[in-house]
Amino acid sequence: MRPLRLVWIYPDLLSTYGDRGNLLVLERRARLRGMPVEWAEVHANQPVPRDGDIYLMGGGEDLPQTLATRRLQADGGLQAAASRGAVVFAVCAGYQMLGMEFGGADDTQVQGLGLLDIRSGRGDRRAVGEIVADVDPALNVPQLTGFENHQGVTRLGPGARPLARTSLGTGNGDGTEGAYAGRVLGTYLHGPALVRNPGLADLLLFWAAGPLPPLPPQAEDLAQRLRDERLAAVTPAQ
Amino acid sequence: MEFSNQRSRLPMRARLATTVGGAAATVSRLAGKGDGSVIGGIIGLRLEPSLLSILAADRQVVLVTGTNGKTTTTRLITAALAPLGQGIASNIYGANMEAGLTSALSRAPDAPLAVLETDEKYIPAMVKATNPKVVVLLNLSRDQMDRAAEIWLLARRWREALASAPGCRVVANADDPLVAWAASGARQVTWVAAGQRWREDSWCCPNCGSHLRRDADDWACGECGGRRPPVTWMLYGDQVIDPSGQATPLELALPGRANASNAVIALAVAEAFGVHMPQALRELRAVTSVAGRYTQVNRRGFDIRLLLAKNPAGWLEALDVLAPPPAAVLLSVNAQGPDGRDTSWLWDVDYRRLRGRNVLVGGERKLDLALRLEADEVPFRLVNDIDEAIDGARALGSPSLEVLANYTAFQQYRAVLGRTQ
Repeated sequence: MRPLRLVWIYPDLLSTYGDRGNLLVLERRARLRGMPVEWAEVHANQPVPRDGDIYLMGGGEDLPQTLATRRLQADGGLQAAASRGAVVFAVCAGYQMLGMEFGGADDTQVQGLGLLDIRSGRGDRRAVGEIVADVDPALNVPQLTGFENHQGVTRLGPGARPLARTSLGTGNGDGTEGAYAGRVLGTYLHGPALVRNPGLADLLLFWAAGPLPPLPPQAEDLAQRLRDERLAAVTPAQ
Repeated sequence: MEFSNQRSRLPMRARLATTVGGAAATVSRLAGKGDGSVIGGIIGLRLEPSLLSILAADRQVVLVTGTNGKTTTTRLITAALAPLGQGIASNIYGANMEAGLTSALSRAPDAPLAVLETDEKYIPAMVKATNPKVVVLLNLSRDQMDRAAEIWLLARRWREALASAPGCRVVANADDPLVAWAASGARQVTWVAAGQRWREDSWCCPNCGSHLRRDADDWACGECGGRRPPVTWMLYGDQVIDPSGQATPLELALPGRANASNAVIALAVAEAFGVHMPQALRELRAVTSVAGRYTQVNRRGFDIRLLLAKNPAGWLEALDVLAPPPAAVLLSVNAQGPDGRDTSWLWDVDYRRLRGRNVLVGGERKLDLALRLEADEVPFRLVNDIDEAIDGARALGSPSLEVLANYTAFQQYRAVLGRTQ
C-alpha cells in the first residue's frame, strides 16, 4: 500500500501556535486505520514536494505570512499539487494565503496563492476566543469547535463555498466561517484545529484516501469528551 | 546616608500618591486579596500619572524582560548586587506592569538601586519612564497569544526603544537571534552566550526573513549578513566563562540549564555595577527557591517538588529538570486569563520523553493535555487534585512527585500545599 504523504509547509514561518497538532492528528487517525503514513516538514529554504497527498499550512505573523507567500509563489510546488487534486488544509494566516489577496504588514494588500476564491483584509478589531460553527451539510462533518485569534475579514467569491456558519465567534466576519473549493479547505480556527474536530480530520483523509473504516470507540473517547466539554463551556444550558 | 531622605524630597503630590497607594496595598493585603503590589500602584498612578518617573529618578534601575525567566533572573540579579550593601527595590511578587513597578519603588523609597521585572510589552514605556542603567533581554519566544503581542512585532518595539535610550546598557542573550536583533539597536551592549534550547521561533532572520544557518549555538544569515555577535560572557556546560576567559563551575542550588543561563546573565549585570564575579556568584549559589518555584514540600509523607512553566519554551526547559524515574510526574494546565485562554501551545511541546514514566494529568484543562499525551503515546492517569495525584503516584510505585504546572494551576497547588519557601 502506498503510504499517505503529509506535507507540513514552512513550520519555520507558519507555525505560530500548536500547528503541529494537525499533522499529529491526521497521522494518528490514519495509522489507527492501518494506513501507512509518511510526512515531511518543509522549511522555507527547501522545495515543496509535488507528490504529497495532504498539505498543511499554519498560522503566522504578518511579515512571515508575506514572506511565505512569496516563497510558495516562486516555488510553485503547492499550486502544482493542488491542481492535480491534492488536499490542502490551511488555518488562519495560511487560510488567507490560499486566497486571491490578503492584508499584509503596514496595511498593504498582498497577492495570495489563488487556490481559493476568497479575499481577505484587516478588520477593525481582533477576534479572540472560542468559536463554534455549523458545517456545510454537504460535508457531513459535526459542528466545529475551536479557538480563533485573528484580525482578518474574509469575503468569499462565487468559486468558494463557506465551510460553516458561526453560532459563536467571528470567523470570516459575515456569519460564515472558513471556505472550501474542491479539496482545498481553509479555516480561521487557529493552531491545532483538527484536535477538537476529528470529523474534519476524517474529511481530509477521505478526500485523500477514499472511504475510511470507523475507529474503535475507545480511540475516540478522549477527543469526544474534550469536544463535549468545550461545547458545554461556551453553549448556554438547554 | 546619602539617599535616606529621598522620599521626603519627592514633590508633594507624589508623596501623597505613594502614601495613599501604600495604604491601599496594606488594606488589600489585610483583606487577603493578594500582596497588594498592583492595587497600590494603580491608586498611586491615578493620583500622579508620572509617579513612576518621579520614583525612578536618582536611582540606578535595571529592567529585566524576556518570555521566560524574568522572575528568577530578577531575583538572581538582586542577590548578585547584595555585596554593594545598598538598598534594592524589586517587584519580587512578579507584578511586572507599570503599577507593579511603581508599587515596588514606592515601597522602598530609600533604595538607591532597583531591579524590576518588566512585562515584554511594557519595555518601551518603562525604558522611557525609568531611564534605566541596564536593560536585560533574556529570550523571546511564542507565549500566550490571546494576550501577548506577536514576537517579531515585540522585537521591533524593543529595538526602537533601546535605540532611543543612549545612556542605557543592554545585557542580552546573543544566542537568541530575535533578542540579538532587538539589542543591536542599542549603543552599549554586553553580549552573553546564554544558550537557546527552544528554536522553533528563530529559524528565520529577524532582519530580512531569510533562513538562518545554525550550527550549535552559532547563527548567521546568508542573505543580509546578520550574525551572532561576539560575546564577553558565556555559559559553557555548567560553567561560566567570564570576560577574562576563565571558566568557573556555577554550582547553583537552582536546577536546570535555564537557571544556569539566568545566572550568567545576572553575573554580567553585577559586573556592570562593579561587583566582581566570585562575590556575585557566592550570592547566586545561596538562592534556593524563587516565589515558590523549585520548592520541595512534603504532604502526607510524600515528597513533592513544584515547577512552574507557562509556554512551550518553558515546558521544554522544565521537562529537562524533572527528577528521573521512579519519581512520578504530575502535569497540570489551566486556561484562565493569566494562563492564556487558548491551550493550543500544548501541541508545541514534545512529551515523548515521558514515555515509560508514571504520569498524572490534572488542572482545569486536563482533557486538552490528555489528548496531547495520547497523540504522543504517553500513558497517563487523570486526577482531580493534589491528593489524588499523591494516591495515584503511590499506586504506581513512585516515591515522590514532580509537579509541572502553568501559572494559575501552580498557584492553586501552592495554596493547597502552603506557601512555604
